[in-house]
Amino acid sequence: MRIADKGLVDRTQRVTFTFDGQPVHGYAGDTVASALLASDVKLVARSFKYHRPRGVMGAGSEEANALITVGSGAQQDPNIRATQQEIFAGLETRSQNRWPTLDVDLLAANDFAAPFLGAGFYYKTFMWPKAFWEKIYEPVIRRAAGLGALSRQHNPDSYEKAFAFCDLLVIGAGPSGLMAALTAARAGAEVILADEDSIMGGRLNGDAGDVGGMGGADWAAKAVDELEAMPNVRLMTRTTVTGAYDQGTFGAIERVSHHLANAGGRPKECFWRIVAKRSVLCAGAIERPIAFENNDRPGIMMASAVRTYVNRYGVAPGKAVTVFTNNDSGHQTARELIAAGVHVAMVIDSRRDAPDSGDYPMVKGAEVCNAGGRKALESVTYRTMIGEEKVATDCLAVSGGWNPSVHLTCHMNGRPVWREDIQSFVPTDGMIPGMTTAGACQGSFSTHAALREGAAAAGAALEALGMDAGAIEVPAAEDAPYNVTPLWAVGGKGRAWLDFQNDVTVKDVKQAAKENFRSVEHMKRYTTQGMSPDQGKNSNVGALAVLADATGRGIPETGTTTFRPPFVPVSIAALGAGAQGDGFAPQRFTTSHKASVDAGAPMIEAGLWYRPSYYPAAGETTWRQSCDREVTMVREAVGVCDVSTLGKIDIQGADAAEFLDFVYCNMFSTLKVGRVRYGLMLREDGTVMDDGTTARWGESHFVMTTTTAAAGPVMRHLEYVHQCLRPELDVAMISTTEQWAQFAVAGPKSRELLNTLVDEDIDNDSFPFMGCGEITVQGIKGRLFRISFSGEHAYEIAVPARYGESLYRMMVAKAATMGGGAYGMEALNVLRIEKGFITHAEIHGRTTAFDVGMGRMVSAKKDCVGKTMSERPGLHGDEREQLVGLKPVGPVKQLTAGAHLFDVGAEPTRENELGYTTSVGFSPTMQSFLGFGFLRNGRARHGDEVMMVDHLRGVTTRCEVCDPVFFDPEGGRVRG
Amino acid sequence: MADLIAETPCAGLLPVKAGGVTLSEVDAGAMTSLAPFKGQEKALSGALKAAHGMTFPAANRATGKGGARAIWFGQGQAMLIGPECDAALGSLAAITDQSDAWAVVRLDGAGAEDVLARLAPVDLRVAAFKRGHTARTMMQHLMVSITRVGDNAFQIMAFRSMAVTLVHELETAMKGVAARGAG
Repeated sequence: MRIADKGLVDRTQRVTFTFDGQPVHGYAGDTVASALLASDVKLVARSFKYHRPRGVMGAGSEEANALITVGSGAQQDPNIRATQQEIFAGLETRSQNRWPTLDVDLLAANDFAAPFLGAGFYYKTFMWPKAFWEKIYEPVIRRAAGLGALSRQHNPDSYEKAFAFCDLLVIGAGPSGLMAALTAARAGAEVILADEDSIMGGRLNGDAGDVGGMGGADWAAKAVDELEAMPNVRLMTRTTVTGAYDQGTFGAIERVSHHLANAGGRPKECFWRIVAKRSVLCAGAIERPIAFENNDRPGIMMASAVRTYVNRYGVAPGKAVTVFTNNDSGHQTARELIAAGVHVAMVIDSRRDAPDSGDYPMVKGAEVCNAGGRKALESVTYRTMIGEEKVATDCLAVSGGWNPSVHLTCHMNGRPVWREDIQSFVPTDGMIPGMTTAGACQGSFSTHAALREGAAAAGAALEALGMDAGAIEVPAAEDAPYNVTPLWAVGGKGRAWLDFQNDVTVKDVKQAAKENFRSVEHMKRYTTQGMSPDQGKNSNVGALAVLADATGRGIPETGTTTFRPPFVPVSIAALGAGAQGDGFAPQRFTTSHKASVDAGAPMIEAGLWYRPSYYPAAGETTWRQSCDREVTMVREAVGVCDVSTLGKIDIQGADAAEFLDFVYCNMFSTLKVGRVRYGLMLREDGTVMDDGTTARWGESHFVMTTTTAAAGPVMRHLEYVHQCLRPELDVAMISTTEQWAQFAVAGPKSRELLNTLVDEDIDNDSFPFMGCGEITVQGIKGRLFRISFSGEHAYEIAVPARYGESLYRMMVAKAATMGGGAYGMEALNVLRIEKGFITHAEIHGRTTAFDVGMGRMVSAKKDCVGKTMSERPGLHGDEREQLVGLKPVGPVKQLTAGAHLFDVGAEPTRENELGYTTSVGFSPTMQSFLGFGFLRNGRARHGDEVMMVDHLRGVTTRCEVCDPVFFDPEGGRVRG
Repeated sequence: MADLIAETPCAGLLPVKAGGVTLSEVDAGAMTSLAPFKGQEKALSGALKAAHGMTFPAANRATGKGGARAIWFGQGQAMLIGPECDAALGSLAAITDQSDAWAVVRLDGAGAEDVLARLAPVDLRVAAFKRGHTARTMMQHLMVSITRVGDNAFQIMAFRSMAVTLVHELETAMKGVAARGAG
């Protein structure tokens, strides 16, 4: 019900949205909660476990009941707090956790089964038979209990991440936050003021009191205007600071366009990382409920929330409001209701010494012990010394006192302390380095105290920043003392709610204590109290007070559970912003990418790179046909393949040769200028790290190549070796992977092809096998290496990357006229298997130089990284699994990678395993599958037969063990 | 036979514009990495000054000006951008041609800082990151070099092969910032 001429909503702008398909009217500035209350909609949700009818309870981010789903289809957003969701025309909202409808929820049968569904019920009940848990019990329970659901579709909304920096971060823009921001901003500090509400002011917008001779909300608006006009201030509304982290870093979630009918390209949310030199926490406090039977009925709300609906939204949450309080702030609610013209049925104060008031009927020393009405509150029953009385009411405003929002102060493992006088936990100094707390979040509940402490906290921060606050004037405001007498739970037989969101009652906590879950952390996990989206904001202190009582301890001895980030739920979409679709990982494209795609090549990912798998020719329907053709093409004519993805590292300096001798296991200082050598690199633990070729470009200038996969790791390793192990060496290195477009040109006609493009004459004298040098390609300086990964007469030609595409297209076109063409990764793999060349399939991080048959490459004449460790016992010898070639010899002709090797006749079990396969391919050259494997004492077993068993794919193949070099073992072809 | 055709890293991708911010490709000229040999830091700085008019930059700084700039590029490394590097510097430093290794773009306009604040975890506000300041940092997933080259202008360099991702990240951020208006 609206109250005439009251509130900050814009009465000139009527807004219509839907709730469960029904149109609801509100005004600009309303939340879903305020608009529903204004329309007298009391029932807005069903509870988590018992499907109890629930109404709006609070007015902020701590809301435990009124969770709704916003939107529909792929974009539906579950568990949105109706108290924060601003309305706009066309907004579509739905209630949650009900079936078939909110009003008629058949799952509410759970409520009547409540005696069986208490804490620990599942653990004790659904134990047998064991297999039933996963298949039957859990799915059924999850269907019956829960909150909102995701759409399970790809979410097309955009999200954002951002970084911000400031001198001072002020968290919360209530009276203390505004005062802190004003003080610091006026002194010239770079200030960020973040508040989770859509308008700043905190309780000044929800309460009726004056500040500085004007209405609190007006004062807040004026302060915001002043701050907005200052260039050194950034105001962040709808932004909840969610976590405090090391070195002044804070996480914050900004709801950017949740409140807009048309986002206009704006992201839905933005997750901020804010780095602040100092911070002031002005997070305020959260009013706590009192547990009594049926205290979760729709219409029972927090007293401060009732004030907010009246003052800020101009909404009376009831026609006859009753107040139940154990402290003075409940009376403030009664006074403000009356001032707004709302009937106050009664104030029930649990304190015998409650202050007198003549404005409303009041009963002192009484406790509300039950509530009537199921889907809407109809009455409350209160108990005094002389008995129980019932009072008709449709709204009960409850105040059990205030819990300072200490959450952020605890994020670095600090613990709050208990203050007996206010019956609350408060933060202590230094819990977060550089942070000061002010106002209600440190237990100072009057408006004037908030203003005062906000100014003082900013003053302290300014001093720490080396700035002068100057004279600070704090405006006049109420400074009433806070009198509270603890009351956590009213005695009685029925269920009294502590955690509304997870349906945890006083009984559950007592049951936990009875079953010896006496530690607050154990109680939490046993009852699930505090484990729902509100993370126990409303229930933590109440639950631990009940636990303290049940275990005969005090509250400080019982302690609190640990507050961890985030303070409010943060969507994974916001945390992972930018990583949707193509943003998941950077994409690296070679210069020939477009040409390969044009040729119809399927591109496969190789790390971040995209490389062509094969080039389908007309009439080819399977990849194998293309692959076989490409292999034969290279063996018989010429093939071109982009190898730019291999790592290239430029190494220079007087000690470059000595450096390479140290990082490679074989010798490089003896390499002549203009020559290339294959090198093997060990990790510090003696296993193989990477292999590749390195060319000596000049006396003190080398060009190293690495595998594609290890380009980054090798670069990092070289830097490490230089900086940490051999800093005395005069050597500099830098990656040139990106500078050069490099192409393999392989096959008997490779030289013929190159001679049509390269300005110089290429022959066996100018470029003998393993020779290298500068060339020019149509006037462009390039590099030529006569190296081969196919076993053919082959080269790698490099030109500056800008010419890569052009040269590639030219070479492929030329090759085509010679019976050749482009070849992809599949053919490249088959070619290298035929020739016995290893890749990271073989040097996979567990194999040594000995294992891959290169033990003698570890030079005896010098030390190198990993040498000593590679000599450890167990890293060489007969019991090692050694690289071998495998050829099928039985009726089954297929080989698979990742299969296991066994002796012929042995059971294919783990105990009998002798090794495994790493690479396989069909060789059109040998007309057979060929494979590599690691076989125990394999080099001594050439000629033996073994069984390859692939348990996963169900393939068993009899193989002959042989030398891994299947093709041209004499190497005549590479020398051309 | 036709001559080799040169293609720039961001060919077909740029320029793009969103709100008041423009992203365009920069033809930076020659790019040469310089890494002084042991004990040659001072000599190199002097020779660099004599040959190209700027000293060897300190960490997180760029020396010179548009057309001839030396940008700090990592420990013991700078990138000379613009002129062809004087080969004589090769006696004092490892000099390596990197002219084709980097995609170089310019982000220009009011709001450029806000765009980069979506992507890079460093303080690039003008008070902390003035003209002549540079950073090797992360931009979403990419490792980049960012240099302030004007009041509202930044030069951003990323691996050539990642140009598509570079433009994608920046364009996404630009659109987000433009949609929000200022801030």
